[in-house]
Amino acid sequence: MKVLVTMKRTPQRDARIRVHRDGRALELDGVKYDVNPFDELAVEEALRLRDAGAGVDEVVVVTVGPEAAQPQLVSALAMGADRALRVDAPEDLDALQIARALRGVVEREKPVLVLAGKLAYDDESGQVPAMLAGLLGWPQASQASKIALSAGVASARVTCEVDAGLEEVEVTLPAVITADLRLNEPRYASLPGIMKAKKKPQDVIPLAELGDFGAPRARVIRYRPLPPKPAGVRVASVAALVAALSEKKLI
Amino acid sequence: MSDVLVVIGPATSPLRKADRAAVGFGRAAAGALGGHCDVLLVGAGSAAAAEESAALGARRVHTASGAGLETYTAEGFAALVAAFLDARDYRLIAAATASGSREYLPRLAALIDAPMASDVLAIESLDDERAVFTRAVFVGNLLASVELSGPRVLATCRASAFDTPETSSSKSAIEAFAPPPGATAHDGKRFVALHQAKSERPDLKEASIVVSVGRGTRGPADGIPLCERLADAFGAALGATRAVVDAGWLPNEYQVGQTGKIVAPELYVAIGLSGSIQHIAGMRNSKTIVAINKDPEAPIFEIADVGLVADLFDAVPALTAAVESRRG
Repeated sequence: MKVLVTMKRTPQRDARIRVHRDGRALELDGVKYDVNPFDELAVEEALRLRDAGAGVDEVVVVTVGPEAAQPQLVSALAMGADRALRVDAPEDLDALQIARALRGVVEREKPVLVLAGKLAYDDESGQVPAMLAGLLGWPQASQASKIALSAGVASARVTCEVDAGLEEVEVTLPAVITADLRLNEPRYASLPGIMKAKKKPQDVIPLAELGDFGAPRARVIRYRPLPPKPAGVRVASVAALVAALSEKKLI
Repeated sequence: MSDVLVVIGPATSPLRKADRAAVGFGRAAAGALGGHCDVLLVGAGSAAAAEESAALGARRVHTASGAGLETYTAEGFAALVAAFLDARDYRLIAAATASGSREYLPRLAALIDAPMASDVLAIESLDDERAVFTRAVFVGNLLASVELSGPRVLATCRASAFDTPETSSSKSAIEAFAPPPGATAHDGKRFVALHQAKSERPDLKEASIVVSVGRGTRGPADGIPLCERLADAFGAALGATRAVVDAGWLPNEYQVGQTGKIVAPELYVAIGLSGSIQHIAGMRNSKTIVAINKDPEAPIFEIADVGLVADLFDAVPALTAAVESRRG
């Protein structure tokens, strides 16, 4: 049985992202990319499910994007994924288009489980996995901090981090589950893993093979930095802090 | 099409502050469109929440409960709203950003084939052709203007960015909505249990004062009880950094940050926390930020309105005593 992990490339966490002079786009020249950290959690979880030897025997990673996204697929292969797929598509597809492309991949690959990071580190919208579940008519579980597959891989018991606390749900498989930070600690790719990665299958599917996509219906038309915050004051004692808060009528 | 639907689900009584703010967002959007704002309450608590919802200035309040909606599920709730929308025209369908709406609203967007903007901070432009919203990206460091095209769009709105409407003297009409049989069935998902820390303190998303603890507190046997006493002196909610939750010192529902809760209380007291980018993203819009940390270089001081470089083990008890005596 197969687990499909969807992933996105995102700028490295410490990259300083600047807005282009015209305000319409970001300055991304020279920015380095990583696998979206939340998707890395999903890759790691898929590998653990496979290595537990309880019914999952293949981990396939997929990304929807241009050729520049290929290295991040190779990173996932280096971690231990078995096969990589890239749906060749422009970078500006909106979330629903990406979900539709992924549905096409799911219909081809027929995984028993789709795992994804709960959101992308850059855009932070977190829409694609739930949209994919809706398009497929599959159950979904979000922000998972624990996933346990039933014997026979018919269902999964998932602990979800929700506003109220920890919610345990059971989903029948196939399902879409998103990974949260406390799900696991992703492994580093080993040197043998990196060498093996290059020999693993990497397929490309043209977007047009998966349907008619048209123009995106959600797009960013402008970026601007946050308005600067006026500098605060330093106080030298608790008494001074109390006075400051009292002046603001907070005490 | 110029009407707005605000979905509140699962509906609670009293309504959550976030859900009231969502009605504020919905009414502002309806104003921009020259249309009406309706409210749809979903879940077992709908009937109980109807009265309060009907005093928020919406045109109509619909309630939906019953089979498939007894407990919250993304599958049941998305299906319910889709069924509700089937014979109705709304330009915008909105909900407060919450762990539930983060999964049921995009699922709904897929069911009705419409684009969505997540965690919107402001309406930039809204008419029958164009919808442009402001949202934060790159861990809250940049603002993006997102344009949604098409006749029907969806949005989750950040509660702290919108005012709750004043109680209206005129009451909205209240109508029950009964979905077609089987519409909300979701055999694939079963709720098992909710593990929730019991606390007498205000909810983190409701409170006007938050006392937030970082790794510098050294844990539940050390600094955290001192901070809890401070929180009690303030009548505040308790918050925490990811590091504190990862260490198991406080449960996940206390986490403030990019991947926890985003809050903007009147006063945010950050104790023994250095201020990672991810944490700051969750609290930078607080009206007044106080930081207590013994490291003068801690990034939290860059966004604090009032900063005290001090050992929290001395400063927090002293501050608690001062607050207790003034509030006493």
